Amino acid sequence: MTTIEAVKQRAEADAKTFGYYLTPDPVFLQGLLEGLKRNEERYGYPSCPCRLASGKFEYDRDIICPCDYRDPDVQEFGACYCGLYVRKDVYEGKTQLLPVPERRPIEKQARAYGTQLVETSSQHVPAAPKQEISKEESARQRLWYCKQCGYVVFREEPPYICPICKAKREMFVEIRAHLDFSG
Amino acid sequence: MDFSKVAGKNNKHKVVLYALSTCMWCKLTKQFFEENNIEYEYVDVDLLEEKEKEKVRKYLQEKGGTLAYPTVVVDDVTLITGFRKDELKKVLEL
Repeated sequence: MTTIEAVKQRAEADAKTFGYYLTPDPVFLQGLLEGLKRNEERYGYPSCPCRLASGKFEYDRDIICPCDYRDPDVQEFGACYCGLYVRKDVYEGKTQLLPVPERRPIEKQARAYGTQLVETSSQHVPAAPKQEISKEESARQRLWYCKQCGYVVFREEPPYICPICKAKREMFVEIRAHLDFSG
Repeated sequence: MDFSKVAGKNNKHKVVLYALSTCMWCKLTKQFFEENNIEYEYVDVDLLEEKEKEKVRKYLQEKGGTLAYPTVVVDDVTLITGFRKDELKKVLEL
């Protein structure tokens, strides 16, 4: 069984690695950590406390904290969807923390409903979603490399700090390459 | 489906909250209603049986809502997704 302290340490370490901060409101933070702990206990993994999980790993993979949507949400709105990870200006109180709109595609959200029903009521079992990057996603995501240490990352914008050598975002340069996912 | 009812002096509108038991924005919404004495009912969707979760999904999508929480339904017509204080104040005439 996990503890609040362990959940907190994991979040703090992750925030530090990628140049994020945890929400400065202690009550809000405590509530989120409790939610993550609760989800880890009931599902076996710490899925986002503010999203409905299916309880099936393959359906919930993208919302396991830190979720796939954190980076673009912090970049655009100053916080991730649940508000656990925030940008520096939000942490320092210069920008107010506001609700972040849901970026997760509706078809993925809908998987949290009725999956158990389908499996128990008929022989038809939905196939596990393929781990593919959609065309839309791949169009937004780009390759970046850290000029200081050579770390390479594939995402919309470079991280605030290099998780390896701690260089600032300014040290990241985009790698121009053509990626073809059509097979 | 069992909704928990929370009494309040202000019962001008029918207020139904779809929430998650682990979500802080949902907790803030509940707090907001209580601070403003709003009578409301709520359900924590993550604690429901599968069949009931599916009913919630159908209901919210039929109403034109998304599947994000908190979702507040005022007078069976107006849907407010996310803890949007200003919108809630406007609809609830606060």
